[in-house]
Amino acid sequence: MPSLLEGNALFRGIYCWLAANEGNSGPGPCGEALRDGLLPVGWEWVAFFAAGLGIVMLLINVFLLLVMLYTYMERRLLGRFQARLGPNRTGPFGLLQPVADAIKLLTKEDLVPAGADRLLFNLAPIAMIVPVLLVLAVLPFGENSFLANINVGILFVVAVTSVNTLAMFMAGWASGNRYAMFGGMRAVAQLVSYEVPVVLSIVGILLYTGSLSMVDIVEAQRIPFILLQPLAFFIFIAGSSAEMNRSPFDLVEAESEIVSGYHTEYSGMKFGLFQLAEFGAVLVTSGVMATLFLKGWEGPVLPSHLWFLIKVFFFAFIMIWVRATLPRLRIDQVMDFAWKFLFPLSLINMFVTAVEVLVWEEPTLVQLWAMVGINLLVAVVGIVAFSFVFKRRGLSPSRVTPPLVVVEGD
Amino acid sequence: MYGLGIAKGFLLTMKVFLRKPVTVKYPEQRLKQHPRFRGEEFVWYEERCTGCASCAKYCPLGIIKIVTHPGDQKPLEGGFYDIDVFDIDIGRCMFCGLCVEACPYDALFMGSGFEEGQYRRDDLIITVDRLRAAEKHPSTWFRPQLEDSGYDPHKDSPASWEKVGRENWPFHLSSRPPGPADSDEGAQE
Amino acid sequence: MPLRTEPITINIGPQHPSTHGVFRLRATFDGEVILDVEPVFGYLHRGSEKLAEERTYTQVITLTDRLDYVSSMINNQAYVLACEKLAGVEAPERGMYLRVIAAELQRIASHLVATGFLINDLGAFATPLMYCFREREKILDLFEMLCGARITVTYMRVGGVFQDAPEDFWPALKTFVKEMPIYLDEYEQLLSENEVLLIRTKGVAILSTETAINGSVSGPVLRSTGYPWDLRKADPYELYDRFDFEIPVGERGDNYDRYKVRISEMRQSIRILEQCMQQIEPGLVKTDVPLLLRPPVGEAYAHVESPKGELGFYVVSDGGVSPYRLKIRAPSFINLTILRELVIGLKLADMIVAFGSIDVNMGEVDR
Repeated sequence: MPSLLEGNALFRGIYCWLAANEGNSGPGPCGEALRDGLLPVGWEWVAFFAAGLGIVMLLINVFLLLVMLYTYMERRLLGRFQARLGPNRTGPFGLLQPVADAIKLLTKEDLVPAGADRLLFNLAPIAMIVPVLLVLAVLPFGENSFLANINVGILFVVAVTSVNTLAMFMAGWASGNRYAMFGGMRAVAQLVSYEVPVVLSIVGILLYTGSLSMVDIVEAQRIPFILLQPLAFFIFIAGSSAEMNRSPFDLVEAESEIVSGYHTEYSGMKFGLFQLAEFGAVLVTSGVMATLFLKGWEGPVLPSHLWFLIKVFFFAFIMIWVRATLPRLRIDQVMDFAWKFLFPLSLINMFVTAVEVLVWEEPTLVQLWAMVGINLLVAVVGIVAFSFVFKRRGLSPSRVTPPLVVVEGD
Repeated sequence: MYGLGIAKGFLLTMKVFLRKPVTVKYPEQRLKQHPRFRGEEFVWYEERCTGCASCAKYCPLGIIKIVTHPGDQKPLEGGFYDIDVFDIDIGRCMFCGLCVEACPYDALFMGSGFEEGQYRRDDLIITVDRLRAAEKHPSTWFRPQLEDSGYDPHKDSPASWEKVGRENWPFHLSSRPPGPADSDEGAQE
Repeated sequence: MPLRTEPITINIGPQHPSTHGVFRLRATFDGEVILDVEPVFGYLHRGSEKLAEERTYTQVITLTDRLDYVSSMINNQAYVLACEKLAGVEAPERGMYLRVIAAELQRIASHLVATGFLINDLGAFATPLMYCFREREKILDLFEMLCGARITVTYMRVGGVFQDAPEDFWPALKTFVKEMPIYLDEYEQLLSENEVLLIRTKGVAILSTETAINGSVSGPVLRSTGYPWDLRKADPYELYDRFDFEIPVGERGDNYDRYKVRISEMRQSIRILEQCMQQIEPGLVKTDVPLLLRPPVGEAYAHVESPKGELGFYVVSDGGVSPYRLKIRAPSFINLTILRELVIGLKLADMIVAFGSIDVNMGEVDR
């Protein structure tokens, strides 16, 4: 298994401790180091497994701690946006609030509604959180720090994150609750639609870099792609907030309409897992955005991991700001926004980028800045023009008349 | 249009973000309360109470219970009734203040606190012993003589019955008319 | 060939985040589209009208606080006006001014709540609601100065108000009147031009003037259809003929107009408050009316323009110490009856917004 996990000190340490012996020397994780390992020859896979598990445990736990920190941060910042304080009673500055929440959720009664499909009902929270954690596998969170630098990294991210559509629908269907059902249906409609512009917006970046690997994308950014691909960034942040059910596209769990959508019936730690997945998705998506658009871990002076965290929390802050400001769209408007606004814009972006890449095959820095200018212009003109068309053509009518023909079930 | 309205909204939320929050950390910091605040823990001056039970009569919910017996002096000769029971069930009280308004002798005052939460409903009944023993921080609600003296129940020390004074004129009138007080109107229902 | 679909019925409420109290809508949906709604109310019924028959005239004031608990001052006002008509007394001028000040402050407070919750129903994560409540707190502070309570005020009495305002009330009111327009501008900056809000509310749930009048709708909901009907102008009670103010009207009667009318009305209320502060003079605040009122046999009806619409109290006296019968014309209740007309054919999300924009208060609907 080349490329996977290598170059990681922790992994190498565990692996060599367990499996390094003479028969194992040579081009392996331990290099030429000759020492007695604990395991006999032929049992290296155990060492590999143990070392991998160790590093995965470390990563997931750090990530979950960060998610807890993020929930605290979101609530404090939302409070400040709303001219109030936010949680401040538990621990210093309220820092232990997420811990208190977790304890509360763990000790709550775990309810399963009578009409629920028990298997799916219990499976859904797991199916919700696993994709979020899987994305971490390909996310480069520092110089030479990644679990796997697979050559289809970004494709892996896109593929894995679309699984939670299924999880939401599972939850909505299995609950046996009509609010949850509404939430599940909305989730499918919305998430599937927004996959398209999000993926197409990434294509522009791929045209520049010529690689799907996350590490390559970071290293290819001489100018941050947020400048080089402003339109793509706009589409990506709008689309991914729709995929994460963040405001203004949070109608999957629209509190004022369908109570809390697909997880209305969940309680206890299952509900906690949904929340964890949601907040984790914010961090993960911020991480992907930082990688794709803001040079990932690269930055002067400070260590690379810190730079990555700073960028992640910068994007998270923007998402909190959006959440504090915007009201929610209606379902038909959300679909209009995806198909009539973001989708054509992403096509335009792709086309313009393709032409640029064709014309300047090996762009110099000056040419890159020229691209920045052109793309900014395209972005502004595109957004304004499409807003205009959007406004003139009108949205879907709010009232459906005459009332639909309803055929009663037999 | 074109997202400018949204941008304006973003600017405003950022402006609020940079301002000081308006809420306070409650048990440590407190917002100022007005002396007129009608609060819990009624203040009752036994020295002045005649046991006429006007307060009980005017309470819209009937939550004041008064039991009296004639004291050493006959009430008709200027003496008071002795109070055996004076229960106020603040679990049902809505703090409208009509009892205070009805008291013809300025013996009952609204309290000024709001932190009388209890774990049991029974504890919410203020008995006569509790009324006697309580620290007396009367609200200046409907007691203009107290308000004129500048008393602030949230800062000043407890007020004795001499200090809170007695209003001798119909004080709905903002100017003080000469002459002695009218007696309580309509108390003989 | 029509798609073979099956309608689904959902009980929205009685416990639901955006029913503004305990209210139940039995709604039938085809997908997201509403085919039928059936409002079911009565979950908050406390029998206020019957309770009033057991209480003296003064004690009933405490009941009126609890009808529309976000505009208790105006409920007080309507009730004491009816009693004054019944007893044939009139409040002194300063008392009336104080009542008008209290009522206009309460109107602003109530509209702030309505606006905040409307935007909350739209899905803005409580931000405009918090801003609105920030200013509402200032009004409640003023009420605390006036009468010692913030929500359930019991401020007015038959024949005036119970006591004059304290000294520190006037500077506080002055500051409030000066600051409030700035905050109103802030709301408008956040909301009035926000595209998301515009596409969600403009042209949604349009109410025509005919339907509104046929449904006996009053208040901002009626005015948003373009019909300038305001009892403060149409039948001036208290001192409203002395003030110079306008009746803001909408154009189309959609959700956006209802929101906009409320914002404009708050500005007009501030104008009235300014004029009150200039005109008020020292004097009595209450005529000599006994605490235990015994009005002569008869009946009286008085109505005021509450933030929700025409609030009327009909009092019948048999000469005793308590009303023989008290009937409340609750504007929320009557405005709620047009909800069905508004929302059929709309989507679920718009129904919530339409319901919020009518601004009902369940305490008043169920009484």
